[in-house]
Amino acid sequence: MQFLIESFYKAILLVFHLDPEVYQIVWTSIYISFWSTILSASIGIPLGALLALKTFRGKSAVVLLLNTSMALPTVVIGLFCYALLSRMGPLGDFGFLFTPTGMIFGLFILAAPIATNLTVAAIQSLDKRLMLTCKLLGATPVQEFFLIVKEARFAVMAAVVIAFGRVISEVGIAMMLGGNIRGLTRTMTTAIALETSKGEFELGLALGFILMSVAFAINGVIFAIQRGRG
Amino acid sequence: MKNFFRLICIFLLLLSFTSIGFSETRLKMSTTTSTEDSGLLKVLLPPFEKANNVRVDVISVGTGKALKLGENGDVDVVLVHSRPAEDKFIADGYGVDRCDVMYNDYIILGPKNDPAKIKETKSAVDALKKIAETKSLFVSRGDDSGTDKKEKAIWKATGIVPQIPWYIEAGQGMGTVLQMANEKNAYTIADRGTFIPFENKIGLIILVEGDKTLFNPYGVIAVNPKKHPGVQYELAKKFVEFVTGPEGQKIIADYKLDGKQLFFPDAKK
Repeated sequence: MQFLIESFYKAILLVFHLDPEVYQIVWTSIYISFWSTILSASIGIPLGALLALKTFRGKSAVVLLLNTSMALPTVVIGLFCYALLSRMGPLGDFGFLFTPTGMIFGLFILAAPIATNLTVAAIQSLDKRLMLTCKLLGATPVQEFFLIVKEARFAVMAAVVIAFGRVISEVGIAMMLGGNIRGLTRTMTTAIALETSKGEFELGLALGFILMSVAFAINGVIFAIQRGRG
Repeated sequence: MKNFFRLICIFLLLLSFTSIGFSETRLKMSTTTSTEDSGLLKVLLPPFEKANNVRVDVISVGTGKALKLGENGDVDVVLVHSRPAEDKFIADGYGVDRCDVMYNDYIILGPKNDPAKIKETKSAVDALKKIAETKSLFVSRGDDSGTDKKEKAIWKATGIVPQIPWYIEAGQGMGTVLQMANEKNAYTIADRGTFIPFENKIGLIILVEGDKTLFNPYGVIAVNPKKHPGVQYELAKKFVEFVTGPEGQKIIADYKLDGKQLFFPDAKK
């Protein structure tokens, strides 16, 4: 119990001491999570809608593949992306490895299937008469897409929130592609892993409390938006 | 509410752009956890960064992985501690300009009651033999790091193949292994630099030290630009010159943790 209380106390000290290194770490986490979530949502939502609304050859194969990719351990995604981004790999010339951009790339691959799958589920649970109405009223495919996503906005928003939560709490990809570089790619999760391995349990747990508060704040904002608009 | 949402989006967008600052040159270095965790790099790197207007990106992993990153050309320079692996790295053509930088030493740690009575032995080989004879718990890094390679080499010298279940391969970093050994009241081998910050936190004590086989030299190697044209060889060379030069060597000699010197400079001029 003593240990938990001390960590909590340390977390509060860290936040209010304005330690620039902690702020940098928190900021890197938010920055890469934000962009990878935006990217995966902007690909995943249209793709999810397409999969939910259209029937085509090989559709079940695509769905199966997407569902499988949700079960991939992050270290495997990290390794796969390392092979792509390493100087030995096909995308090596860009020099993305061990940069925030490289991390965003890997986290996008983690989050895109989540956003896609949950969008498929969100749209499939809508009243089928909505699609029929759209067609009857002569909506173009683009109009139909926006109408349907608007109708399913709560569930789609939830998909984005879940993708964000997955990305910000992830450690394998961040470690493998970011390299945990101080002042550049160190995120809250890799910092926690580092402090834990150094035996600084209080500091690790303190960072954990900060991570929780950041996630709480971001989810709070989204929750407020949903209530305000709903 | 809609405006509020837009405001947040714009705010986040603006903030995002501020942190994209890739204008300065960056030198990528892979190194072992011991140099980073001990805090040495925090004092060693800034003077070099200032003098050359460059940022050094440190990727601290086990020696095995650090060299692998060099092999793949993903870093410009490596700072590691495992002479046989370093020599192979150079022989295979991946590295050039290897220089000695500094050394510290390994120590054999164990519980205070010392069930295998290794404190009486003076050599590392005899100590491990006694641990094997009494089948006392021993935690190994098992992660192909410099420390792991060293430990394996000493086991080889004893002529004993360590056996499960008294021999535990953790596959983790030095800090984690120290904690595991502490929780399990087991023996382990650690580099002194990593152990000093742990000394007051765990119950393990130093039982064997000062043996020549426990000597732990660090070397710095530039990644061969002929293998990987993308690496920043000129800058890597400057870095090698800096850490082996008078300024770098003095910083290493002056670095103390809890009043104890961690690394001893030994660059040859």
